[in-house]
Amino acid sequence: MYGKGLRALTLATLIALTATFALVVFYAPNDADQGFIQKIFYVHVPVAIITLVAYVVGGIFAYRQLRTDDRRWDVRSYVVIHIALIFNVVGLLTGAIWAKASWGHWWVWDEPTLVSFLIVFLLYATYQPLRFSIEDPERQARYASVFAVIAGAFVPLNFMAVRMATSLVHPRTFATADGGLPGEMMFVFLVSIVAMGLLFWTLVKYEIAQKNVTWQLRALRRRLLGDDAVAPIGRSAAPTIAPEARP
Amino acid sequence: MSRRDRRAPREPRPMRPTWALLRKDLLLERRAPESVPAMLLFAITTFVLFHFGLGRDAVDGSLAAGVLLVTLLFAAILGINRLFVSEQAEGGFDAVLLAPIDRTALFLAKAMALFLFLSLVELVAVPAFAVLLLGPSPWGALGGLVVVLALVNAALSLIGALVSALAIRTRARDLIVPMIGLPLLVPALIAGARCCAPLLAAGGASWPAVKWLAVLALYDLVFGLLAYAVFDFLLED
Repeated sequence: MYGKGLRALTLATLIALTATFALVVFYAPNDADQGFIQKIFYVHVPVAIITLVAYVVGGIFAYRQLRTDDRRWDVRSYVVIHIALIFNVVGLLTGAIWAKASWGHWWVWDEPTLVSFLIVFLLYATYQPLRFSIEDPERQARYASVFAVIAGAFVPLNFMAVRMATSLVHPRTFATADGGLPGEMMFVFLVSIVAMGLLFWTLVKYEIAQKNVTWQLRALRRRLLGDDAVAPIGRSAAPTIAPEARP
Repeated sequence: MSRRDRRAPREPRPMRPTWALLRKDLLLERRAPESVPAMLLFAITTFVLFHFGLGRDAVDGSLAAGVLLVTLLFAAILGINRLFVSEQAEGGFDAVLLAPIDRTALFLAKAMALFLFLSLVELVAVPAFAVLLLGPSPWGALGGLVVVLALVNAALSLIGALVSALAIRTRARDLIVPMIGLPLLVPALIAGARCCAPLLAAGGASWPAVKWLAVLALYDLVFGLLAYAVFDFLLED
Protein backbone atom coordinates (compact mmCIF):
# COMPACT_ATOMS: atom_id res chain seq x y z
CA MET A 1 0.00 0.00 0.00
CA TYR A 2 2.95 2.32 0.57
CA GLY A 3 5.30 3.16 -2.24
CA LYS A 4 2.75 2.78 -5.00
CA GLY A 5 4.47 2.95 -8.38
CA LEU A 6 7.87 2.71 -6.74
CA ARG A 7 9.02 -0.14 -8.99
CA ALA A 8 8.15 1.69 -12.20
CA LEU A 9 9.84 4.83 -10.90
CA THR A 10 12.96 2.88 -9.96
CA LEU A 11 13.15 1.29 -13.41
CA ALA A 12 12.67 4.65 -15.12
CA THR A 13 15.46 6.12 -12.96
CA LEU A 14 17.83 3.26 -13.78
CA ILE A 15 17.17 3.57 -17.51
CA ALA A 16 17.53 7.35 -17.44
CA LEU A 17 20.79 7.22 -15.47
CA THR A 18 22.27 4.54 -17.74
CA ALA A 19 21.24 6.50 -20.81
CA THR A 20 22.77 9.66 -19.37
CA PHE A 21 26.14 8.09 -18.64
CA ALA A 22 26.18 6.37 -22.02
CA LEU A 23 25.40 9.65 -23.76
CA VAL A 24 27.95 11.55 -21.69
CA VAL A 25 30.75 9.11 -22.51
CA PHE A 26 29.98 8.16 -26.12
CA TYR A 27 27.85 10.92 -27.63
CA ALA A 28 28.68 14.28 -26.10
CA PRO A 29 31.66 15.93 -27.82
CA ASN A 30 34.84 16.58 -25.89
CA ASP A 31 35.27 20.18 -24.80
CA ALA A 32 37.78 22.08 -26.91
CA ASP A 33 39.70 23.57 -23.93
CA GLN A 34 39.18 21.14 -21.09
CA GLY A 35 38.91 17.80 -22.88
CA PHE A 36 37.33 14.78 -21.27
CA ILE A 37 37.28 16.15 -17.71
CA GLN A 38 34.71 18.74 -18.74
CA LYS A 39 32.17 15.91 -18.82
CA ILE A 40 31.87 16.06 -15.04
CA PHE A 41 29.77 19.10 -15.91
CA TYR A 42 26.93 16.70 -16.79
CA VAL A 43 26.90 15.46 -13.21
CA HIS A 44 27.88 18.58 -11.28
CA VAL A 45 25.49 21.13 -12.75
CA PRO A 46 22.32 18.97 -12.78
CA VAL A 47 23.02 17.88 -9.19
CA ALA A 48 23.50 21.52 -8.22
CA ILE A 49 20.27 22.63 -9.89
CA ILE A 50 18.29 19.77 -8.36
CA THR A 51 19.70 20.61 -4.91
CA LEU A 52 18.69 24.25 -5.13
CA VAL A 53 15.21 23.41 -6.40
CA ALA A 54 14.82 20.75 -3.70
CA TYR A 55 15.69 23.20 -0.91
CA VAL A 56 13.04 25.59 -2.18
CA VAL A 57 10.53 22.72 -2.50
CA GLY A 58 11.37 21.65 1.06
CA GLY A 59 10.57 25.21 2.15
CA ILE A 60 7.23 25.11 0.31
CA PHE A 61 6.33 21.78 1.94
CA ALA A 62 7.28 23.23 5.32
CA TYR A 63 5.06 26.23 4.64
CA ARG A 64 2.16 23.88 3.95
CA GLN A 65 2.92 22.10 7.21
CA LEU A 66 2.65 25.42 9.03
CA ARG A 67 -0.60 26.32 7.25
CA THR A 68 -2.38 22.98 7.60
CA ASP A 69 -0.70 21.52 10.70
CA ASP A 70 -0.70 18.21 8.83
CA ARG A 71 2.39 16.30 9.96
CA ARG A 72 2.70 14.44 6.67
CA TRP A 73 3.95 17.69 5.14
CA ASP A 74 6.63 17.76 7.81
CA VAL A 75 7.73 14.27 6.79
CA ARG A 76 7.87 15.33 3.14
CA SER A 77 9.79 18.48 3.96
CA TYR A 78 12.22 16.53 6.16
CA VAL A 79 12.87 13.85 3.54
CA VAL A 80 13.30 16.35 0.69
CA ILE A 81 15.82 18.36 2.74
CA HIS A 82 17.59 15.20 3.87
CA ILE A 83 18.14 13.94 0.31
CA ALA A 84 18.96 17.46 -0.90
CA LEU A 85 21.71 17.63 1.72
CA ILE A 86 23.24 14.46 0.28
CA PHE A 87 22.99 15.90 -3.25
CA ASN A 88 24.57 19.07 -1.89
CA VAL A 89 27.63 17.13 -0.71
CA VAL A 90 27.86 15.41 -4.11
CA GLY A 91 27.64 18.81 -5.80
CA LEU A 92 30.44 20.18 -3.60
CA LEU A 93 32.70 17.19 -4.26
CA THR A 94 32.17 17.11 -8.03
CA GLY A 95 32.63 20.88 -8.13
CA ALA A 96 35.93 20.57 -6.28
CA ILE A 97 37.11 17.82 -8.66
CA TRP A 98 36.17 19.94 -11.67
CA ALA A 99 37.96 22.95 -10.20
CA LYS A 100 41.10 20.88 -9.57
CA ALA A 101 41.04 19.50 -13.12
CA SER A 102 40.46 22.75 -14.96
CA TRP A 103 42.09 25.38 -12.72
CA GLY A 104 44.54 23.30 -10.73
CA HIS A 105 43.05 24.14 -7.30
CA TRP A 106 40.63 22.14 -5.22
CA TRP A 107 38.81 25.29 -4.27
CA VAL A 108 38.24 28.48 -6.22
CA TRP A 109 36.44 31.46 -4.73
CA ASP A 110 35.64 32.74 -8.22
CA GLU A 111 33.01 30.10 -8.78
CA PRO A 112 29.74 31.48 -7.37
CA THR A 113 27.91 28.16 -7.57
CA LEU A 114 30.53 26.38 -5.51
CA VAL A 115 30.81 29.16 -2.92
CA SER A 116 27.07 29.58 -2.43
CA PHE A 117 26.81 25.80 -2.26
CA LEU A 118 29.21 25.76 0.65
CA ILE A 119 27.24 28.48 2.49
CA VAL A 120 23.92 26.74 1.86
CA PHE A 121 25.44 23.44 2.98
CA LEU A 122 26.66 25.02 6.22
CA LEU A 123 23.18 26.39 6.85
CA TYR A 124 21.29 23.18 6.11
CA ALA A 125 23.78 21.10 8.07
CA THR A 126 22.11 22.69 11.12
CA TYR A 127 18.69 21.34 10.17
CA GLN A 128 19.12 17.96 11.84
CA PRO A 129 20.90 19.26 14.98
CA LEU A 130 18.05 21.79 15.36
CA ARG A 131 15.45 19.04 15.11
CA PHE A 132 17.40 16.81 17.47
CA SER A 133 17.62 19.49 20.13
CA ILE A 134 13.81 19.84 20.38
CA GLU A 135 12.17 16.95 22.16
CA ASP A 136 8.46 17.65 21.80
CA PRO A 137 7.58 16.24 18.34
CA GLU A 138 4.94 18.86 17.61
CA ARG A 139 7.22 21.75 18.44
CA GLN A 140 10.01 20.02 16.54
CA ALA A 141 7.84 19.88 13.42
CA ARG A 142 6.84 23.53 13.76
CA TYR A 143 10.30 24.91 14.47
CA ALA A 144 11.87 22.78 11.75
CA SER A 145 9.25 24.10 9.32
CA VAL A 146 10.02 27.70 10.27
CA PHE A 147 13.70 26.96 9.68
CA ALA A 148 12.95 25.31 6.33
CA VAL A 149 10.86 28.29 5.17
CA ILE A 150 13.56 30.81 6.14
CA ALA A 151 16.33 28.72 4.62
CA GLY A 152 14.32 28.02 1.45
CA ALA A 153 13.92 31.75 0.90
CA PHE A 154 17.59 32.30 1.76
CA VAL A 155 18.89 29.92 -0.93
CA PRO A 156 18.13 32.08 -4.01
CA LEU A 157 19.01 35.32 -2.17
CA ASN A 158 22.38 33.93 -1.15
CA PHE A 159 23.02 32.69 -4.66
CA MET A 160 22.39 36.16 -6.09
CA ALA A 161 24.55 37.90 -3.48
CA VAL A 162 27.48 35.54 -3.98
CA ARG A 163 27.18 35.78 -7.75
CA MET A 164 27.29 39.57 -7.59
CA ALA A 165 30.37 39.47 -5.40
CA THR A 166 32.52 37.20 -7.58
CA SER A 167 34.52 38.30 -10.54
CA LEU A 168 33.47 36.96 -13.91
CA VAL A 169 36.20 34.36 -14.40
CA HIS A 170 34.00 31.30 -14.33
CA PRO A 171 32.58 30.25 -17.70
CA ARG A 172 28.93 31.29 -17.81
CA THR A 173 27.65 28.25 -19.61
CA PHE A 174 24.18 29.51 -20.34
CA ALA A 175 24.40 33.27 -20.30
CA THR A 176 27.25 33.89 -22.73
CA ALA A 177 26.54 36.17 -25.62
CA ASP A 178 27.65 33.69 -28.29
CA GLY A 179 24.92 31.19 -27.66
CA GLY A 180 26.26 29.01 -24.84
CA LEU A 181 26.15 25.25 -25.28
CA PRO A 182 26.18 23.64 -28.70
CA GLY A 183 23.14 21.50 -29.53
CA GLU A 184 24.57 18.08 -28.69
CA MET A 185 25.90 19.18 -25.32
CA MET A 186 22.60 20.86 -24.52
CA PHE A 187 20.70 17.67 -25.35
CA VAL A 188 22.88 15.52 -23.11
CA PHE A 189 22.65 18.12 -20.37
CA LEU A 190 18.84 18.12 -20.47
CA VAL A 191 18.73 14.31 -20.38
CA SER A 192 21.07 14.44 -17.39
CA ILE A 193 18.83 16.91 -15.55
CA VAL A 194 15.84 14.62 -16.08
CA ALA A 195 17.82 11.61 -14.85
CA MET A 196 19.07 13.40 -11.72
CA GLY A 197 15.57 14.67 -11.02
CA LEU A 198 14.20 11.15 -11.31
CA LEU A 199 16.96 9.84 -9.03
CA PHE A 200 16.12 12.48 -6.47
CA TRP A 201 12.42 11.77 -6.59
CA THR A 202 12.98 7.99 -6.32
CA LEU A 203 15.17 8.41 -3.24
CA VAL A 204 12.56 10.68 -1.64
CA LYS A 205 9.80 8.17 -2.36
CA TYR A 206 11.89 5.33 -0.92
CA GLU A 207 12.59 7.18 2.30
CA ILE A 208 8.96 8.20 2.78
CA ALA A 209 7.82 4.64 2.09
CA GLN A 210 10.40 3.28 4.52
CA LYS A 211 9.22 5.64 7.27
CA ASN A 212 5.58 4.77 6.70
CA VAL A 213 6.31 1.04 6.73
CA THR A 214 8.27 1.36 9.97
CA TRP A 215 5.43 3.21 11.67
CA GLN A 216 2.84 0.79 10.34
CA LEU A 217 4.94 -2.11 11.61
CA ARG A 218 5.13 -0.55 15.05
CA ALA A 219 1.38 -0.11 15.15
CA LEU A 220 0.81 -3.72 14.15
CA ARG A 221 3.30 -5.07 16.67
CA ARG A 222 1.67 -3.00 19.38
CA ARG A 223 -1.75 -4.33 18.48
CA LEU A 224 -0.57 -7.95 18.34
CA LEU A 225 1.90 -8.10 21.22
CA GLY A 226 0.73 -5.29 23.50
CA ASP A 227 2.26 -1.95 24.35
CA ASP A 228 5.15 -3.43 26.33
CA ALA A 229 6.54 -5.30 23.33
CA VAL A 230 7.28 -2.10 21.43
CA ALA A 231 10.16 0.04 22.60
CA PRO A 232 9.19 3.70 22.94
CA ILE A 233 10.48 6.08 20.28
CA GLY A 234 13.53 7.84 21.66
CA ARG A 235 14.73 11.31 20.87
CA SER A 236 15.01 11.63 17.15
CA ALA A 237 15.88 14.19 14.54
CA ALA A 238 13.52 12.53 12.09
CA PRO A 239 9.82 13.28 12.35
CA THR A 240 7.80 10.66 14.18
CA ILE A 241 4.15 10.34 13.32
CA ALA A 242 1.85 8.47 15.63
CA PRO A 243 0.77 5.59 13.36
CA GLU A 244 -2.74 5.66 14.80
CA ALA A 245 -3.22 9.13 13.43
CA ARG A 246 -2.63 8.01 9.87
CA PRO A 247 -5.65 7.84 7.56
CA MET B 1 -13.13 45.75 22.33
CA SER B 2 -13.72 46.40 25.99
CA ARG B 3 -16.51 48.45 27.40
CA ARG B 4 -14.29 51.39 28.17
CA ASP B 5 -13.30 51.72 24.54
CA ARG B 6 -16.91 52.02 23.49
CA ARG B 7 -17.57 54.74 26.01
CA ALA B 8 -14.63 56.90 25.10
CA PRO B 9 -13.47 56.01 21.59
CA ARG B 10 -9.73 56.48 21.24
CA GLU B 11 -7.68 56.27 18.15
CA PRO B 12 -6.20 52.77 17.70
CA ARG B 13 -2.52 52.57 18.49
CA PRO B 14 -1.25 49.32 16.99
CA MET B 15 2.36 50.01 17.90
CA ARG B 16 1.67 50.51 21.60
CA PRO B 17 2.46 46.94 22.73
CA THR B 18 5.71 47.10 20.80
CA TRP B 19 6.78 50.30 22.57
CA ALA B 20 5.83 48.83 25.94
CA LEU B 21 7.88 45.68 25.31
CA LEU B 22 10.80 47.71 23.95
CA ARG B 23 10.70 49.97 26.99
CA LYS B 24 10.80 46.92 29.25
CA ASP B 25 13.90 45.57 27.48
CA LEU B 26 15.71 48.89 27.58
CA LEU B 27 14.83 49.34 31.24
CA LEU B 28 16.12 45.87 32.06
CA GLU B 29 19.38 46.55 30.24
CA ARG B 30 19.76 49.93 32.00
CA ARG B 31 19.16 48.57 35.46
CA ALA B 32 21.29 45.47 35.04
CA PRO B 33 23.59 46.02 32.06
CA GLU B 34 24.35 42.68 30.53
CA SER B 35 24.44 42.43 26.74
CA VAL B 36 25.88 45.83 25.83
CA PRO B 37 29.00 45.74 28.06
CA ALA B 38 29.67 42.13 27.09
CA MET B 39 29.41 42.88 23.36
CA LEU B 40 31.56 45.98 23.73
CA LEU B 41 34.33 44.25 25.66
CA PHE B 42 34.22 41.35 23.25
CA ALA B 43 34.56 43.69 20.25
CA ILE B 44 37.54 45.56 21.69
CA THR B 45 39.23 42.34 22.77
CA THR B 46 38.77 41.04 19.24
CA PHE B 47 40.48 44.14 17.82
CA VAL B 48 43.46 43.40 20.06
CA LEU B 49 43.41 39.78 18.89
CA PHE B 50 43.35 40.90 15.27
CA HIS B 51 46.32 43.17 15.90
CA PHE B 52 48.40 40.24 17.10
CA GLY B 53 46.82 37.65 14.81
CA LEU B 54 47.47 39.69 11.68
CA GLY B 55 50.74 41.06 13.01
CA ARG B 56 49.88 44.55 11.76
CA ASP B 57 49.65 47.92 13.48
CA ALA B 58 47.26 49.45 10.98
CA VAL B 59 44.81 48.10 8.45
CA ASP B 60 42.92 49.79 5.65
CA GLY B 61 40.61 49.10 2.71
CA SER B 62 38.98 45.71 2.43
CA LEU B 63 41.07 44.27 5.28
CA ALA B 64 39.78 46.97 7.63
CA ALA B 65 36.21 46.44 6.45
CA GLY B 66 36.54 42.71 7.05
CA VAL B 67 38.04 43.10 10.53
CA LEU B 68 35.39 45.63 11.58
CA LEU B 69 32.37 43.78 10.23
CA VAL B 70 33.41 40.29 11.32
CA THR B 71 34.06 41.63 14.81
CA LEU B 72 30.65 43.29 14.94
CA LEU B 73 29.04 40.10 13.61
CA PHE B 74 30.59 37.93 16.32
CA ALA B 75 29.80 40.50 18.99
CA ALA B 76 26.20 40.54 17.83
CA ILE B 77 26.04 36.75 18.29
CA LEU B 78 26.58 37.32 22.02
CA GLY B 79 23.61 39.67 22.17
CA ILE B 80 21.47 37.38 20.01
CA ASN B 81 22.14 34.51 22.39
CA ARG B 82 20.86 36.55 25.34
CA LEU B 83 17.94 38.21 23.57
CA PHE B 84 15.07 36.01 24.76
CA VAL B 85 16.64 34.68 27.94
CA SER B 86 14.53 36.83 30.26
CA GLU B 87 11.35 35.80 28.41
CA GLN B 88 12.30 32.14 28.70
CA ALA B 89 13.43 32.25 32.33
CA GLU B 90 10.78 34.57 33.80
CA GLY B 91 7.72 33.47 31.86
CA GLY B 92 7.58 36.46 29.51
CA PHE B 93 6.41 34.24 26.65
CA ASP B 94 3.31 33.21 28.58
CA ALA B 95 2.58 36.83 29.43
CA VAL B 96 2.76 37.82 25.76
CA LEU B 97 0.56 34.89 24.76
CA LEU B 98 -2.00 35.77 27.43
CA ALA B 99 -2.10 39.46 26.56
CA PRO B 100 -4.58 40.46 23.84
CA ILE B 101 -1.86 41.77 21.52
CA ASP B 102 -0.39 40.83 18.19
CA ARG B 103 2.52 38.44 18.73
CA THR B 104 4.56 40.22 16.11
CA ALA B 105 4.87 43.06 18.65
CA LEU B 106 7.32 40.89 20.58
CA PHE B 107 9.42 40.32 17.47
CA LEU B 108 9.45 44.01 16.57
CA ALA B 109 10.35 45.03 20.12
CA LYS B 110 13.20 42.50 20.29
CA ALA B 111 14.58 43.49 16.90
CA MET B 112 14.47 47.16 17.86
CA ALA B 113 16.13 46.46 21.21
CA LEU B 114 18.92 44.56 19.48
CA PHE B 115 19.28 47.38 16.96
CA LEU B 116 19.66 49.93 19.76
CA PHE B 117 22.12 47.70 21.67
CA LEU B 118 24.24 47.25 18.56
CA SER B 119 24.19 50.98 17.83
CA LEU B 120 25.31 51.70 21.40
CA VAL B 121 28.13 49.18 21.07
CA GLU B 122 29.24 50.69 17.76
CA LEU B 123 29.19 54.18 19.24
CA VAL B 124 32.22 53.11 21.29
CA ALA B 125 33.61 50.17 19.31
CA VAL B 126 33.98 51.94 15.96
CA PRO B 127 35.97 54.89 17.41
CA ALA B 128 38.05 52.33 19.31
CA PHE B 129 38.66 50.53 16.02
CA ALA B 130 39.68 53.81 14.38
CA VAL B 131 42.15 54.52 17.19
CA LEU B 132 43.55 51.02 17.62
CA LEU B 133 43.73 49.57 14.13
CA LEU B 134 42.55 51.83 11.33
CA GLY B 135 45.30 53.45 9.25
CA PRO B 136 43.54 56.21 7.25
CA SER B 137 41.33 58.75 8.98
CA PRO B 138 37.63 57.83 8.78
CA TRP B 139 36.33 61.41 9.14
CA GLY B 140 35.80 61.98 5.44
CA ALA B 141 33.53 58.96 5.07
CA LEU B 142 31.67 59.26 8.35
CA GLY B 143 28.23 59.79 6.78
CA GLY B 144 28.54 56.77 4.52
CA LEU B 145 29.85 54.65 7.37
CA VAL B 146 26.86 55.54 9.56
CA VAL B 147 24.41 54.59 6.79
CA VAL B 148 26.15 51.27 6.09
CA LEU B 149 26.38 50.36 9.77
CA ALA B 150 22.69 51.20 10.27
CA LEU B 151 21.73 48.85 7.43
CA VAL B 152 24.08 46.14 8.75
CA ASN B 153 22.56 46.57 12.22
CA ALA B 154 19.09 46.18 10.73
CA ALA B 155 20.10 42.89 9.11
CA LEU B 156 21.79 41.69 12.31
CA SER B 157 18.80 42.56 14.47
CA LEU B 158 16.08 41.18 12.15
CA ILE B 159 17.86 37.88 11.54
CA GLY B 160 19.16 37.82 15.10
CA ALA B 161 15.72 38.18 16.68
CA LEU B 162 14.35 35.47 14.41
CA VAL B 163 17.19 33.02 15.05
CA SER B 164 17.12 33.76 18.77
CA ALA B 165 13.41 32.97 18.94
CA LEU B 166 14.02 29.79 16.95
CA ALA B 167 16.80 28.62 19.24
CA ILE B 168 15.61 29.73 22.67
CA ARG B 169 13.53 26.64 23.43
CA THR B 170 15.98 24.09 22.11
CA ARG B 171 18.41 22.22 24.31
CA ALA B 172 21.54 23.54 22.65
CA ARG B 173 20.61 27.21 22.34
CA ASP B 174 24.11 28.67 22.33
CA LEU B 175 25.23 26.17 19.68
CA ILE B 176 22.20 26.61 17.43
CA VAL B 177 22.34 30.43 17.31
CA PRO B 178 25.74 30.81 15.64
CA MET B 179 25.29 27.74 13.46
CA ILE B 180 22.07 29.06 11.92
CA GLY B 181 22.75 32.78 12.27
CA LEU B 182 26.20 33.04 10.70
CA PRO B 183 25.35 31.41 7.34
CA LEU B 184 22.16 33.49 7.14
CA LEU B 185 24.24 36.64 7.65
CA VAL B 186 26.81 35.87 4.94
CA PRO B 187 25.04 37.94 2.23
CA ALA B 188 24.75 40.88 4.65
CA LEU B 189 28.45 40.56 5.42
CA ILE B 190 29.31 40.44 1.70
CA ALA B 191 27.33 43.60 0.97
CA GLY B 192 28.47 45.37 4.15
CA ALA B 193 32.14 44.63 3.53
CA ARG B 194 31.90 45.77 -0.10
CA CYS B 195 30.28 48.99 1.12
CA CYS B 196 32.88 49.65 3.83
CA ALA B 197 36.03 48.75 1.90
CA PRO B 198 36.30 51.99 -0.16
CA LEU B 199 35.25 54.08 2.86
CA LEU B 200 38.11 52.76 4.99
CA ALA B 201 40.77 52.93 2.28
CA ALA B 202 43.39 55.68 2.19
CA GLY B 203 42.08 58.34 -0.15
CA GLY B 204 39.01 56.22 -0.82
CA ALA B 205 35.45 57.17 -1.63
CA SER B 206 33.31 59.09 0.84
CA TRP B 207 30.12 57.24 -0.09
CA PRO B 208 29.60 53.50 -0.61
CA ALA B 209 28.57 51.97 -3.94
CA VAL B 210 24.82 52.32 -4.46
CA LYS B 211 24.63 48.75 -5.77
CA TRP B 212 25.78 47.22 -2.48
CA LEU B 213 23.69 49.60 -0.38
CA ALA B 214 20.68 48.47 -2.39
CA VAL B 215 21.57 44.80 -1.84
CA LEU B 216 21.85 45.42 1.89
CA ALA B 217 18.54 47.30 2.02
CA LEU B 218 16.82 44.62 -0.03
CA TYR B 219 18.16 41.92 2.27
CA ASP B 220 16.82 43.80 5.29
CA LEU B 221 13.44 44.18 3.62
CA VAL B 222 13.12 40.53 2.59
CA PHE B 223 14.10 39.20 5.99
CA GLY B 224 11.84 41.71 7.73
CA LEU B 225 8.86 40.45 5.75
CA LEU B 226 9.90 36.82 6.17
CA ALA B 227 10.27 37.19 9.93
CA TYR B 228 6.93 38.97 10.09
CA ALA B 229 5.34 36.02 8.28
CA VAL B 230 6.79 33.16 10.33
CA PHE B 231 7.36 34.59 13.81
CA ASP B 232 3.83 33.72 15.00
CA PHE B 233 4.55 30.00 14.62
CA LEU B 234 7.46 30.20 17.07
CA LEU B 235 5.20 31.37 19.90
CA GLU B 236 2.22 29.11 19.40
CA ASP B 237 1.86 26.62 22.19
